[in-house]
Amino acid sequence: MFVTAFKPQADVFSLGVTPSHLTFDNLVYVFTQVDFLRSLFNTFFVSAVVTAVALLLHSMAGYALARLRFPGREVIFLGMFSTFLISLPVIIVPLFILVKSLGLLDSYGGLINPSIFNAFGIFLLRQFYLSFPRELEEAALMDGASFWRIYTSIILPLSRPILAALAILLFLANWNSFLWPLTVTSSKNLWVVQVAIVSFQGQYSGSWNYVVAASSVVTIPTMVLFLLFQHSIMESIKTSGLK
Amino acid sequence: MHASSSRRGSGLTLRRRERIAGVLFVLPDLLGLALFAFLPMLLALGIGFFTVDGFDSYRFIGMANYRRMVHDQLFLQSQRVTPEYVAALAPSLYLSGLGLALLVQRQSRLSGLLRTMFFMPQMVSLVVVAIIWQVLLVDKLGIVSQGLSLFSVANLSLLGDPRFALASLVVISVWFLMGFYMLIFLGGLQDIPREYYEAARMDGATPVKSLFYITLPLLKPTSFFVLLVSAVAAVAGSQAFDLVYVTTKGGPANSTSFAIYYIYQEAFQYSEFGYASAMATTLVVMLMAMTLLLFALTHGGRFEQGQ
Repeated sequence: MFVTAFKPQADVFSLGVTPSHLTFDNLVYVFTQVDFLRSLFNTFFVSAVVTAVALLLHSMAGYALARLRFPGREVIFLGMFSTFLISLPVIIVPLFILVKSLGLLDSYGGLINPSIFNAFGIFLLRQFYLSFPRELEEAALMDGASFWRIYTSIILPLSRPILAALAILLFLANWNSFLWPLTVTSSKNLWVVQVAIVSFQGQYSGSWNYVVAASSVVTIPTMVLFLLFQHSIMESIKTSGLK
Repeated sequence: MHASSSRRGSGLTLRRRERIAGVLFVLPDLLGLALFAFLPMLLALGIGFFTVDGFDSYRFIGMANYRRMVHDQLFLQSQRVTPEYVAALAPSLYLSGLGLALLVQRQSRLSGLLRTMFFMPQMVSLVVVAIIWQVLLVDKLGIVSQGLSLFSVANLSLLGDPRFALASLVVISVWFLMGFYMLIFLGGLQDIPREYYEAARMDGATPVKSLFYITLPLLKPTSFFVLLVSAVAAVAGSQAFDLVYVTTKGGPANSTSFAIYYIYQEAFQYSEFGYASAMATTLVVMLMAMTLLLFALTHGGRFEQGQ
């Protein structure tokens, strides 16, 4: 299934599994006739910013929820956990109205901000930090280190592997997201790739070759990322399911 | 770690510093989630009592949106599609996830390869998944259609026929999601002590018996989790929306008009934001009921073994 669909070929259907000849025309078309490069840049930019900010904020929150004692901690954790069930399609209408009233419609800010906050990352990191031994921070505290210093010089370096796995998951999720960018952007130069592909499909109905070519361009980076980091990706999902 | 050992330069006790640090560390995420997840939920509830026109003016109309729902054939139709999808999807994911996990649980190169293969679709965007499957299923020309015509089932329109469209979407969803649930089941299988199986083998139990008397009972928490999470995800439409948007747009004959898709159409095609919010509220209530059920059945979200 995969192989066939990812082959950019002019005659998509008639040939079955093996194409008569490989052609680059579709790819060339996608990059020259439409501003697909711009969409690729937008997607990369948005995904990278969301991933970076989310990693920082989620690791801070995860650290506090796992290791610092402060009033309201359990309630806050439960509240955050309960946002798991709020899926984007369910709140898309009020979220749109909210972002509109914040003046963020059709802007990078509107694409980026709502995508940062996601309970999954907080949950995963909290789980990870719970497993650290208590003595870890004690020595540093005795020496008078601040909690911020403990976070940056002890906690963060130790969480490199899980942060890497989470970074890839978040980046891929944003790279692949469709509904929110579709809803929040209207001008072409803010399109992300998934929106661009669907609009191709609408514009050139029947011209599957362009649509499939664009899809391949979008999918290949995610495949490469996955194959490089498959072990840590799959491990982090395996442990996130039950705990 | 106790207040006694902790007076430091700043004059604050360690205990107080810890409290302040904790709140400050958690604050950015807390505010973000409040703004972009909780507030929209409350807004949906509120906007549902209004009618909103194209110029953003709101007029209070009380329960009118909710009364409208009861007579809206398309809404009622969407309330049939969603449960049908859930009822087909959740058990299918349970069986396929468990089946694949059992198939690839051994530590071998082949198992590793298969795991990667089955999980791979998860990395592809749903838009692309939908497009691939559409190419495969296109009437008469698609590979699947051509394959079916070999069995003289010609002219079958899998996405274009109201009888098959929803089933096709279930198949696509299972193909996309089964690798994820395979991993969840693998996590569960890992926690079952190997000795149980060895003891059973000593006693002459067949692999089938081991499956029914060891694996399945001990996987009960995982199974619960999988069934309920997949059901909640199916209602919430995390996957269904993208698939429907790209392939069927709710058709043919509204046979794939999921609640979330119908809500989206009312809001963004017909600017019926008030009505759409009211419908979304009913969905939130349904999801909350499902989550409460999940909490009740699992003793507060913990999936422990046994009782």
